[in-house]
Order: sequence, then structure tokens, then C-alpha cells
Amino acid sequence: MALLEIRGLTVEFRTTLGPLRAVDGLDLDVEKGEIVGIVGESGSGKSVAMLAVMGLLPRTTTITAERLAFDGADLLSLSTRRRRALTGKAMAMIFQEPMTSLNPCFTVGFQIVEGLRQHEGGSRRALRARAVELLEKVGIPAPEERLGAFPHQLSGGMSQRVMIAMAIACNPQLLIADEPTTALDVTIQAQILDLLVELQRERGMALVLITHDMGVVAETAHRVSVQYAGQQVELREVKALFADPRHPYTAALLEALPERSSGRLLPTIKGVVPGLRDRPPGCLFEPRCRLATAHCRAVPPPLAPAGDALARCHYPLFEGLPQNHPGTAERAS
Amino acid sequence: MFRFLLARLGILVPTFVGVTFVAFVLIRLVPGDPIEMLAGERGIGAERHAELMAQYGFDRPLWYQYGSFLVNVLQGDLGQSLVTRRPVLAEFLALFPATVELSLLAMLFAVLVGLPAGVLAAVRRGTFLDHAVMGASLTGYSMPIFWWALLLIILFSGMLQWTPVSGRIDLLYFFEPVTGFMLIDSLLADEPGAFASALRHLVLPAVVLGTIPMAVIARQTRSAMLEVLGEDYVRTARAKGLAPRRVVGLHALRNALIPVVTVIGLQVGLLFSGAILTETIFAWPGVGKWLIDSIARRDYPSVQGGIVLIAGVVMLVNLLVDLLYGLVNPRIRHAR
Amino acid sequence: MPAELTEAADGIKQPGPLLEFWHYFRENRGSVAGLVVICIVVLAAILADLIAPYGPAEQFREHFLAPPVWMEGGSWQFVLGTDAVGRDILSRIIHGSRFSLVIGLIVVSLSLAAGVVIGLVAGFFRGWTETMIMRLMDIILAMPSLLLAIVIVAILGPGLVNAMIAVAITYLPHYVRLTRASVIAETSRDYVVASRVAGAGLGRLMFVTVLPNCMAPLIVQATLGFSNAILDAAALGFLGLGAQPPTPEWGTMLADAREFVLRAWWVVTFPGLAILITVLAFNLMGDGLRDALDPKLKRS
Repeated sequence: MALLEIRGLTVEFRTTLGPLRAVDGLDLDVEKGEIVGIVGESGSGKSVAMLAVMGLLPRTTTITAERLAFDGADLLSLSTRRRRALTGKAMAMIFQEPMTSLNPCFTVGFQIVEGLRQHEGGSRRALRARAVELLEKVGIPAPEERLGAFPHQLSGGMSQRVMIAMAIACNPQLLIADEPTTALDVTIQAQILDLLVELQRERGMALVLITHDMGVVAETAHRVSVQYAGQQVELREVKALFADPRHPYTAALLEALPERSSGRLLPTIKGVVPGLRDRPPGCLFEPRCRLATAHCRAVPPPLAPAGDALARCHYPLFEGLPQNHPGTAERAS
Repeated sequence: MFRFLLARLGILVPTFVGVTFVAFVLIRLVPGDPIEMLAGERGIGAERHAELMAQYGFDRPLWYQYGSFLVNVLQGDLGQSLVTRRPVLAEFLALFPATVELSLLAMLFAVLVGLPAGVLAAVRRGTFLDHAVMGASLTGYSMPIFWWALLLIILFSGMLQWTPVSGRIDLLYFFEPVTGFMLIDSLLADEPGAFASALRHLVLPAVVLGTIPMAVIARQTRSAMLEVLGEDYVRTARAKGLAPRRVVGLHALRNALIPVVTVIGLQVGLLFSGAILTETIFAWPGVGKWLIDSIARRDYPSVQGGIVLIAGVVMLVNLLVDLLYGLVNPRIRHAR
Repeated sequence: MPAELTEAADGIKQPGPLLEFWHYFRENRGSVAGLVVICIVVLAAILADLIAPYGPAEQFREHFLAPPVWMEGGSWQFVLGTDAVGRDILSRIIHGSRFSLVIGLIVVSLSLAAGVVIGLVAGFFRGWTETMIMRLMDIILAMPSLLLAIVIVAILGPGLVNAMIAVAITYLPHYVRLTRASVIAETSRDYVVASRVAGAGLGRLMFVTVLPNCMAPLIVQATLGFSNAILDAAALGFLGLGAQPPTPEWGTMLADAREFVLRAWWVVTFPGLAILITVLAFNLMGDGLRDALDPKLKRS
């Protein structure tokens, strides 16, 4: 049994224009001690899905799933109190903007101790010692002095380290990192990623790494889930994915990596992610896909096995060639 | 923090001097000269008039008169009341506790009702409760409080007979003022029923005076909370698995308080305008009523001194609020 | 769906600013209600002579303190009852709406006009001029507005006109501060620099280039100022320093009625209710205006 089981997770926001489906039937398992990367453009629903797992979405959102379970416990049927006992303890999350994710009115020490006290308790002194230990762990110099610091006195990298310290305070089995390095300087990004991977290995926790950066995924993740417009389009071992992407969208994403580009111009994916009102009836990627056929426009493809992967495509790629594609024969000739 | 305070004081002192100047000029603008006013209806001989003018220094050039007025003010001498012949400062200080007591209770009422109402409205955004709070708050904000006072008198004093119509305490209680605050003095006096009587006298005026601040605080709290509830750190707090009560009541409210404290501070200045009306209606023996009476009696030194003193108090309170603002906002407290 | 949307967008093309404003304004039901009430009050003021059953000063000596129609002893002759000298309260309230609207209009125009000019001067001539102006405004703000108004009335003598001048002076700092702040924000923008470079004179720069771009907050403040002006003028009337009896100004009516508080509640209730409703309407509309004039603020 996987640590986190997600089957058919759907999240809808109520908007003035009607319901907006941010996540559409997501399936994902996260095993203990595994790093799963979730990749996709902004608006692909990657953060929303994990916020749903954490129970952090506003009450007005509709969350449905065939199964949403953590360590065997069904999250959707859990009482809010029991659910809260899990959040921040067994599963924790860090966010994209470390500078605004810390409360400006409280000291770093207070904010770290708060979670500890909530879930584990202990004397004031013991909690303080734990907090110092945690700050040390995440590589913050002079941790004792930092306890009394306010967030505005910290740099972005420091803030993210504090966020990580808060997240791992109760030894979570699952840590969700939502674009943890996007808002940081390039030099700091690598440090934070290294820290996350190191902590993950040391503590044997599962790590879900949400990012739009394929490079980050390549360096850290074991498995990758590629998201497009709220749907999973490919799920794969990381090495295989980079070697031989199955979905045209994944292939396009990889082509857009600077280190892979061979020409003078960096290839881009034309068009934009479909919005609320212009969702195509068939495959969601079809309007931007160079391989799209009439079949793609009419019938939405299911997420189906394609070799060693799951891919949501009628004509999954093998070695760059679409399978059973009506145009393949012509192209080959 | 120290610099912040110094900068504030740097603005405050010239403003206060400016207030003394404006008060001085305003009183000089009143038609008729002060000695004639002193003499009243009986009139006064030309010789005696000149003598008195010289005695009070009114024959000196205006700039000289203002100079000596300013020097006197800075030494705590605000002149004499034309009516009672007592020093204006003494008159003011005797009545000031009554106004402070009333204002404090009004603000207490405003904060105790307005703050939770605003928080609730924000948390239950879009519900009936939210609309009810906002409707009530807008009504309170639009309230002519002199009319509101009369309405409450009709209801609570007239129909229900719960509260007295005027004054600070029933006449059968008498004790020496110790603090000047009737609620405290009545407790110290150890007379049965005195405290209850003082409280019953205080309730209606305090509610009336607190109505507009309450409405403003509720509105401001709601909008500040709505803004803060969408912040990343609130999500972080929830991600820690904290109870909603703690997330809203500590993490969100603590931040929302920053703008709310500013608004509460602004209300203190406006409170005096309300106190003038409230004290007049409830015959509350405070400085607001005293000023109105002084104007009616053409007791201009009292009016002049009263303006200076009240403006001084307002500025001091605003300074305190600025300090308080520094306390609630760590970003200012730790400004380098 | 997409086709429909694009069609609709094509059909409207750029909606005019007024239409767009109305679109946002209409969304807020409260402010529309406020607008309706204001229209009713304006109509009542214009048509007072036609719709009021009696003249505002007309006395009915056999009907002192007659109760409103639904109370025992009330009659349709005096729907809202009569006051202590036998005047019809409804008629007086209808006639009083004229005073409240005129008070609001004059006070707001006075303080807006003066405040905008002083604010523009402060914003354009920085340095000493600005410092002096802003310190003077600080001084006015340090004094409780009602107290200042009362003192000014004491100098000028009681009366409606003087009360309006007094109230207008107490509101001056708000407009000055607002104008100065937006002028300073605007003058650093490129279009102002461009206009300056193109050789626009100071007057043109102030009133034609910059001022229109500072109007939104001023309009909102003016609407809200309307309600404050009505409240403060009524308060002065109530204290006997504003409009003098027998003027049917609402605050003055309340002052007359004070001694009957416990005997005849209707004498007190209705004029105050009229003030409350009018002020509430202006505040509701002011809220709607603010949201409509600043859609970004509303969306957040």
C-alpha cells in the first residue's frame, strides 16, 4: 500500500462564470521514501491537487475523489479534527513564496515551536531546544539568535530554510514542496534543493516536488507526473521520461530545455493552456499539438499504459515516433 | 523606534504651537473686546475700560499678546475663566476625568463589539451574518448621535425606566472624588448601590458615544481580516494543523490589528466631537459640555484654553497610538 | 460558448467609461438603493410645495402634539403627528429635505473647491509652501471638528450660512491632503513629464493635465463628505448654532423637540430618521462609487 493514494481526484472552484475544474481525475501514488516530481505550466492544477491533499483549499471548493488516502486513512471521511492532527505532523508542506509564507508579526522561534506544541507538546525549554536543533538542521547559522528574529529580518533563502524547519519539525512521512525554489536567487535554489533531498534521504520521508522546471525534476525526482490543464498526461520513471517521453506535451517540454536545445532559437510550445471556457471537447492538448488528428479533436484520450509509462495520448511516442498515427506512414516515406 | 518617536515629536511640537496661535486668533476674531464682554450688560466707563485693558495686557500689540499667551501656556497658565474667576486649567482638570471615563467606556464598548463583529463578518463572508454586521455598521456610521441618544432615552429611560436621563450618579450618593472616575470612586466610597448607580448613568452615554467608533472599527476589521485571510502565512498556519480558532484569532487577527489600531487612534480624535454632543444631551459634567456652556456664556478665555488643552490631548493620544502601532507592527519596531 | 463570447465582445466593442462605471456600480445593490433614496429626497426637495400637505410653518392651534396616524388619537390629517406648536411634522420634514441637500451641496462644493486648489498648490510648489499648508491642515485636524465648527460659528454668529462655512472649513484638510497626495503621485508619471516638456503652462498642467487624473478619490470623498456635512450641520442646528427656528431644518427640529422626548416620541423620532436615512443613502452610494471607480480594489 502506498503512503499517499490518489484516485480520480477532482477539484472544482466556484467562480462567477461557473465551476472551474482545476484538477480533473488525478491518479497518483506516492510510496514511502520516494521523491515524486509533479511538472506542469502554471494553471495546470499541480499545486491545487496537493493543497487538496493537505486540506488547505477554501471551504467553497468541491473536492471529489474515488480514493484519497494517507497511510491507509481515508482523508475525505476523516473528521476535521483528526485530519488536522495529520496536517503539519505526518504530512507537511512548504510554499513558493517563503517571504510571505511566514507570519510577519511573530518571531521565527514562535512559529516553529507553535507546530511542535500543537502536535507533540513539551516544556517550553524542550520545545526551544528542538527549535534550535531544527534551525541547525536546515543550515541556519547562529540558530539561537535567529529564534528571536522576525521574518522581515531574513532573506528569501533563510525564510525558506525556516519554512523547511517548520515543515519537518514533527518528522512528517510526507513533505510536499510547492515550487520551493521558484522565488529564490539561482544560487540559493540549488542549496535549497540539496537540503530537501538530503533531509528526504536522512529521514526516509516521501517528497512531492511541485515545479515547472524540468531541470529540477531531472536532478531530484524518482518518478514524474506531468500535468496539463488539470489532467495528468504522463506518469513515468524519471530517467525513462527524459530518455524517451511518451506524451507529445512532455516531449515539447523537454525540447524547450535550454541544455537540450541544439538550434539557435529555443523551441517553445505555441498557444496557451485552455481556460475555463475554451476547453476543447477531445484531447486538451490537441490545439497545441503538432500531431493532432480529427480523432484527437473528437475523443478525449484516457490515461493508458504505453510501454513502461502511463500516457494520456491516442498516439503515444516511442523513440519520438507516434504509434498508430495515421500520418506516420506518410512521414516515414 | 526612537527615531520614529523623534520624527513624530518634530511634527507635534510645531503643530501644538500652531494650535495655540489659531486658538488665540480665533478668540481675537470674536466681535467686541474682552473687557466689554467682562463688564456684560451693565457697561463700563471709558477710564475703567482703559485701566482694565492695560491690566490684562490687551493694549499691547497683538504679537506681544500672543507671545505672552504662548509663554503662559507653556508654563501651564491658560488664563482665568471670566465667569468663575478660577484658572482655566483647574476648571478643565476638574471636569476632564468625567470625559475620560465616558470616552474610555465608549471606546471599550466600540472595540469589544466592533472587533469581534468585524472578524465574524470576515470569516463568514457573504453569509447573512456578514450582511447583517455590515448593514448595522453602515447604519451606525451614518447615525446622527444626538438623535440616537434621544431614541435610547425614549426607550431605556422613558419606556423601560432602566436608566436615568442625565448626570453621573444619583444625588443621594455623595463622596469626595479621589480619582475623578465615578466608577472607581463609587467603589472606594464603600456605599451600597453607588457603583450600580454610577454604572447605570454611564451606560447610555457610553453606548451613544461608542456607536460611530464601533461601526468604523467593525468595517475596518472586516476589510483588514478579509485581506489578511488570503495571505500566504495564514495558509502556512493552517498547514501546521492549527485549530481554525487559532489561525483566525491569532495569526490573522494579529496582522489585521495593524490597520485597525490606526483607525482606533483616529477615532479618539473624533470622540471629542461626539463627546460635546453626548455630554450636552446627558448633562454629563465633562469638558465637552463645559466648552459648549463656555461658548454660550461668552467665557472666551475658557474656550481658548479649552481648545488648546483638547487639541493637546488629541495630539498626545495620537502619539500614544503611534507608539502602540509600533508595538503591533514588528516591522516598525525593529526598523534600523 | 467561446463563439458566443467573442461575438458578445465584438458587439460591445470598447464600452464607454460611463457605461463601464455603471456596470460596476449596478453590481452593488446597496449603492443602487442609496441612489434611489437620494433621488426620492431630491424629488421631495424640489416638489416640497406640491407634495407637502401643509406649509412648514403652518400652525394648527387645536392640534398640539397630535400623535401619528397609527397611534390612538392619530388621524390622517397629520400622518406623522404634529409638534408642540401644532405644525405638521411630515410637511416640515419634506420641506427640511431642501435644507439638508443644500447644506450638503454647498459645504461639499466649498471645501472641495478650496481644498483642491490648496492641494494643487501644495502638490506643485513643494518646499516651504507645501510645508506651511500641510502644517496648517494638521492644526485644523488636531482640533475636534465639531468644536472648531462651534467656535467658528461663535465668531461669525449663529445661522445656517455661517454653520455651512464652519463645517466646510473643518472638512478642508481632507480634500487638501487627498489632492496633494494624488498630485504628487501623478506628477512623477510620464504623461505629466511629457506635457511639461511639450511646454504646457503651470495652470494647464495643474488643472487640465493632472487634476482629472486625481478625481476618482476626490469624488468618493465628496460623496462621503455630503453625508458628514449633513450630519454636522444637523448637529450644529441641534445645538442651536445652525439654522434658527422656525426653519424646518432637521437638526433644528430635533433641538425644538428635545423637551418632549419622554412625552411625544414622534416629535423626536421622525426628523432624526430623515437624517439617518439620507445620510445612510449617501454613504451607501459613496461605497458603490468607490468600488466602481476603483475596480481593481473591488476585485481583490
